[in-house]
Amino acid sequence: MTERVVRTAAYILLFLWACFTLFPLYWLLTTALSPREAVLAMPPSLVPGEITMVNFRRLFRQAPILTWIRNSAVTSVAITAWHVLFDTAAGYAFAKRQFPGRNFLFWLLIASMMIPEQVTLVPVFMMLDRFGLIDKLQAVILPGMAATFGVFLMRQYIQTLPSELEEAARIDGCSELGIFTRIILPLCKPALGVLAIFTFVANWNQFMWPLIVLNSRHRFTLQVGLQTLQSEFLTDYGLLMAGASISALPTIVLFLFFQRYFISGLTLGGIKG
Amino acid sequence: MKIPYRHSKLLWSYLFVAPTMLMFAVFIGLPLVTSVLLAFQQNVLGEAVWVGLDNFRRLFADYVFSIALKNTALYTLAVVTQNVLIALVAATLIQSLSRRWQSFFRSAFYLPIVTSTVIISMVFRWMFHPQHGLFNLILMSLGREPIFWLADPDLALWSIILSEVLTAPGTSIVLFCAALDRVPKTLYEAADIDGASGFRKWWSITLPLLKPSLLYVLVMNTIGTFQVFSRVHVMTGGGPGYATTTLVQLIYNTAFRDFNFGFASAQALFLFVIIATISLLQFKFLSTDVEY
Repeated sequence: MTERVVRTAAYILLFLWACFTLFPLYWLLTTALSPREAVLAMPPSLVPGEITMVNFRRLFRQAPILTWIRNSAVTSVAITAWHVLFDTAAGYAFAKRQFPGRNFLFWLLIASMMIPEQVTLVPVFMMLDRFGLIDKLQAVILPGMAATFGVFLMRQYIQTLPSELEEAARIDGCSELGIFTRIILPLCKPALGVLAIFTFVANWNQFMWPLIVLNSRHRFTLQVGLQTLQSEFLTDYGLLMAGASISALPTIVLFLFFQRYFISGLTLGGIKG
Repeated sequence: MKIPYRHSKLLWSYLFVAPTMLMFAVFIGLPLVTSVLLAFQQNVLGEAVWVGLDNFRRLFADYVFSIALKNTALYTLAVVTQNVLIALVAATLIQSLSRRWQSFFRSAFYLPIVTSTVIISMVFRWMFHPQHGLFNLILMSLGREPIFWLADPDLALWSIILSEVLTAPGTSIVLFCAALDRVPKTLYEAADIDGASGFRKWWSITLPLLKPSLLYVLVMNTIGTFQVFSRVHVMTGGGPGYATTTLVQLIYNTAFRDFNFGFASAQALFLFVIIATISLLQFKFLSTDVEY
């Protein structure tokens, strides 16, 4: 009897809290799909009366939104591809191979995860400036390749793989590169999914660094571009929310399709116990 | 000449880690050293003069820096405390449900996390809008005076904190849920035989066993929140005045609006020291050797 009361209370509480926390996303979509009069109406209505695409049409006319989408896609995909390939290679070496300096190098990578990003902002900016890369997409892509989280994740995962397959392949005369590409990489598929999704979402949503290194309107990523629209279209919230929903869509769709990867990624990257 | 097998094996090991180590050296290792050097220079747009400890002296005398430090500390304390508490309660509640509902609620709470902070902050800025924002319209329909959420210097920081409170701490919830899953059920059965109450079981079994995860979530949350930037930059840009200027916002302004690279590096190093100190303290006071 009391158990059932407790359980019902838990359902109600969680349900209310979920509504609360999802409300901003709902309000974002409602505003984006409502005509201007409805957005500024008094009192506002919580459910959209008339659904319209007019905000989206205005947005596409007034901002280079397709260029921004392309820039965001190019940077996130390039960074993700790098990490999928080379974090796995490094993770494999750190997990399964013996070589002098292994522990020291790995310790360096782990220690660097404690350093806040802000410490390296200025030096990296100065270096990219010297090579004339400021305001180019490479200025976002290159430093993005230096994140060390993926190496750690892949090492954790590869450590759980049995070493026998590797040994057997070596006895059969498989080359060292072949062991990596034909044995290790295929076995890593589940972890690679986690790594790819996390890296893509993190870089798609990245804001501060692109804001620093990209200056011209046609070079912006989606996040930076949207933020500049705020000062341009002060209270035109229909248009702003239309832009915001375009930016939110890919990550939300990814999440809905690959929920399990997100959840296991968090716990794999976390601690044991 | 053929390379002996043992050497080729070693060579391949280094080739596997080479791309990662190269990027690490160029974009993390080297910049870290440069950053320390910069902190002792007067460096405006690359014009460098050595000034010893001047940047640090200026830092401690700087009025804006002390405001930013205070804002950041207050923000972190409020946000981390409520995040950890809410995540703990939510994860415990979720754990009592059936499998299907567990995954439903975990996903619902995680969804806002995969949406970028810029987007979430833009929506809140819209809801905080003085004339047309939802919050004030609700207040006015209840016959209350509208509130200048982001324009009132006494309120602005609290409004941004409120926006964090209203966004569920999805990552922490998922981590706590995973930790709760690992608590052996036999412990609860034993407690049942002893006639322990629900709360007693939570307090004496669940909480102690959750301690390692609690420490991890606490440290990660503190480090992340201390570096708050996007939320503030999008909602207020640090204003009105310096009312919502945080440390990272200040570093950003010093480096990329004033182009005072030396001073910005000193600020960033100071931030690093604070974060490292807090993490160490948390580890020292909360670490545990509970095993299960």
